[in-house]
Amino acid sequence: MTPIGTSPPRPDGPDKVSGRARYTDDLPRPGLWFGATVRSPHPHARLGAIRFHRERAPDGALCLTAADLPGPNGIQLLDDSWPILAAGEVRHVGEAVALVAAATRHGALQAREAVEVDYEPLDAVLGLDEAAALPPLAALEIARGDVEAALAAAEVVVAGEYATGHQEHLYIECQAMTAWVEADGTVVVEGSMQCPYYVHKALVHAFGLPPERVRVRAPPVGGGFGGKEDYPSLIAAHAALLAGACGRPVRIAYDRHEDIVATTKRHPSRTRCRFGLTADGTLQAMDVDMTLDGGAYATLSKVVLSRALLHAGGPYRCPHVRLRGRVLCTHTAPNGAFRGFGAPQGQFAVERHMDRAARRLGLDPYEIRARNLLLPGDPLPTGQVLDDSAAARECLERAAERTGFRRRWREIEALREERGDDGRPRRGIGLALYFHGAGFTGNGERRMLSPVTARLLADGRIEVLTAMTDMGQGCAVVFPQIAAAAGGLGMEDLVFAAPDTAEVPDSGPTVASRTTMIVGGTIARAVAELRRRLESWGREQGAAADTPLREIARRRAAEGPLEVTLRHEPPAWQTFDEESYQGAAYPTYAWGCDVAEVEVEPDTLAVRPLRVTAVCEVGRAIHPVLCAGQIEGGTLQAVGWALLEEVKLEQGRYLNDRLATYIIPTFPDSPRIEVELLEKAWEGGPFGAKGVGELPMDGGAPAVAAAVENATGIAVPAIPATPERLWEWQAGSAAAAPPAAAAGAASPPLLPDPGPRA
Amino acid sequence: MTTDFGVNGRAVAVEDPPMARLLDVLRERLGLTGSKEGCGEGECGACTVLLDGQPVLSCLVPLFQCAGREVTTVEGVAADAPELLARMVSAGGVQCGACTPGIVVAAWALLQRTPEPSRQEVRQSLAGNLCRCTGYEGIYRALCGADGEAG
Repeated sequence: MTPIGTSPPRPDGPDKVSGRARYTDDLPRPGLWFGATVRSPHPHARLGAIRFHRERAPDGALCLTAADLPGPNGIQLLDDSWPILAAGEVRHVGEAVALVAAATRHGALQAREAVEVDYEPLDAVLGLDEAAALPPLAALEIARGDVEAALAAAEVVVAGEYATGHQEHLYIECQAMTAWVEADGTVVVEGSMQCPYYVHKALVHAFGLPPERVRVRAPPVGGGFGGKEDYPSLIAAHAALLAGACGRPVRIAYDRHEDIVATTKRHPSRTRCRFGLTADGTLQAMDVDMTLDGGAYATLSKVVLSRALLHAGGPYRCPHVRLRGRVLCTHTAPNGAFRGFGAPQGQFAVERHMDRAARRLGLDPYEIRARNLLLPGDPLPTGQVLDDSAAARECLERAAERTGFRRRWREIEALREERGDDGRPRRGIGLALYFHGAGFTGNGERRMLSPVTARLLADGRIEVLTAMTDMGQGCAVVFPQIAAAAGGLGMEDLVFAAPDTAEVPDSGPTVASRTTMIVGGTIARAVAELRRRLESWGREQGAAADTPLREIARRRAAEGPLEVTLRHEPPAWQTFDEESYQGAAYPTYAWGCDVAEVEVEPDTLAVRPLRVTAVCEVGRAIHPVLCAGQIEGGTLQAVGWALLEEVKLEQGRYLNDRLATYIIPTFPDSPRIEVELLEKAWEGGPFGAKGVGELPMDGGAPAVAAAVENATGIAVPAIPATPERLWEWQAGSAAAAPPAAAAGAASPPLLPDPGPRA
Repeated sequence: MTTDFGVNGRAVAVEDPPMARLLDVLRERLGLTGSKEGCGEGECGACTVLLDGQPVLSCLVPLFQCAGREVTTVEGVAADAPELLARMVSAGGVQCGACTPGIVVAAWALLQRTPEPSRQEVRQSLAGNLCRCTGYEGIYRALCGADGEAG
């Protein structure tokens, strides 16, 4: 019986629930020393002398600065502009200036106190308005048709501005890395990461070593969400530098405070939308202009912007579209990868704007979406024509039907003004429609052509080797299910190698919702090919037709090694022009519709999310429990982003850089999350699966914002929708009044610039 | 200074300062790395252990408070709770696993008092345990069955 569509227990589960699983900071290592990082207290300053007062530090402790780097002072990502240690100047609070190591954790902290740094503060650029005067880190425009002409001709033009804030990943396991140097000079690092080969590439670049002299491996990872895509390369370089200088293994394990201060976050965004529609609500033109705050260094911002804009038209059909954006550089910690990778920011704006347009036209949120949603055969702004795996209509209809959305939304709208303020909590319901492309953007997968290896072990089992890490999402069980189904094997006939660059091929990073769909697909092909070879060998050897494969495998293993390495094969039709941004940016998209229900206290404007219903089309769910688990967890992360999670900055300094003050949803804060999976096998994915990891991040926030609007009449143009902000908007009476902006005119800014708030 | 106490049914004598954090003693002296540090200030619950059967946050408990008492960590709970562990895995109550030890300990304490908890009882009893992966639904399923009761 095929294991596809069943939910077997994850093999790493028993160790995780019993406390036996060993994460980076749990692993013993003889002679281990500990590292700590000296960080800038200034958002922008010229860096002067760095003095290490050895007499105030424990015996043997040492201190390193940029002057001690053996090679280029840059972390290799898209470029190497992110310094390993600040040199000449510091560009954000928390930037690493020097490293120390000592024999104990406490000793390392003492040694850190013994470092004295001179700074000459410089003017800091904080907030998007100030940053707009400087060259952007990246800029991009995607266009189709003639937007200006279509806006001029449109019967109705609706304009608005929307904003989203920083978000901290808040994986429960903080960043941690251990490094040592082997006798032969090989640098080994072991740590919490999503992308062993990214770390490998960064270390090869920083240390000028041949690739075989760097080895990177990943123990179990205690959560990632994108936060362990880019940053681990930096902390790995730090740990390896210290290990080389000490001649001992060195571990750097951040505590929560340091993790929040230093590591990357979700890019804040500000998006202006102008939509032109017919009087009956059919989209004629979409003009979307998005600005992202990249922080101090470029990291992955260029590709975040690309994915953001490729999703910034929402799941809607429109003949004239212009999607423009830029990433600006500010003196704050660099922003980087975070589940959704820009797509949630753009879709927040588009979904809120669809609601605004609907209000203007007297339509309900369902009607305007039903009229404009993408169907199979429709083109995206890149010209890509959707195949019949497009499922926006199915998701919208099912979610609305399941929740009674239209009736309930209209009832609350009708009663809201009539009720007045009777002091009782107000319920509201809101809806968001969304989509998410899986795999690397554009030609990314074609450039990588990620390999996977399947090889025969001496006992006749098959070992599968990939570089993917299980950060909780569950490839530890989904991969065995795919391999077993493809090979006609039992899951007990399969072994999965731990990610270790000395052992496994570079099957790419564990990001971009690509693990199941892209790498899983190559696993299926590699295991099936190995099986074909074994069967063919069996026939040549005259094995009886009913000989079990495992028996043939055992006999073949005695003859010597057998190994198959296959590479991902992107569909031949998927071509993309990176200059014109025309073509198929993704081979397919997963689709979703969220309906959020909230209760708002009229006096405090505190919002309690009661329920989110997520109807998601995922191709085929390999493991329904874990597939739903991705959607449940991603939905809550989106609800947290919408209501609670706020990074407060003052002069470039985080005011709430601890878990006591940066709030993520607890059990009592969390709505009931009901997931319904719609399955329509997509021929390009293994057994029909699409990537789903990021999809749920796109819908929760605009759905919750819409529900708050339904409850209160406040338009909620920005998140997090904290009581303080709701209060300001209510006082300004932004939403209850009819939309003020005249047709075609840009609406006034709805928000203060997300810069210093003294 | 020596502190004598029990850990998972075994008597231990630990030479550490009286204000040493119980979490560090467990992890670094006793090699019990199941308890995790997620915040170090009593917000996340990943370091939850039982002190004489009551859930406490071991990052906030000084060693001296444990003298003569019994500490049960996730490793100790695991030995007694095979059904709970199996349900956590099969219901999708565990993803990355970093919060899981604290969740298991807090859930075990709840199940001792209330063998068939409602969704509301889980919500209250586990209010101090953060999970960033599951949206909590998998944990509800593990503790209250397929549907729980209406939230």
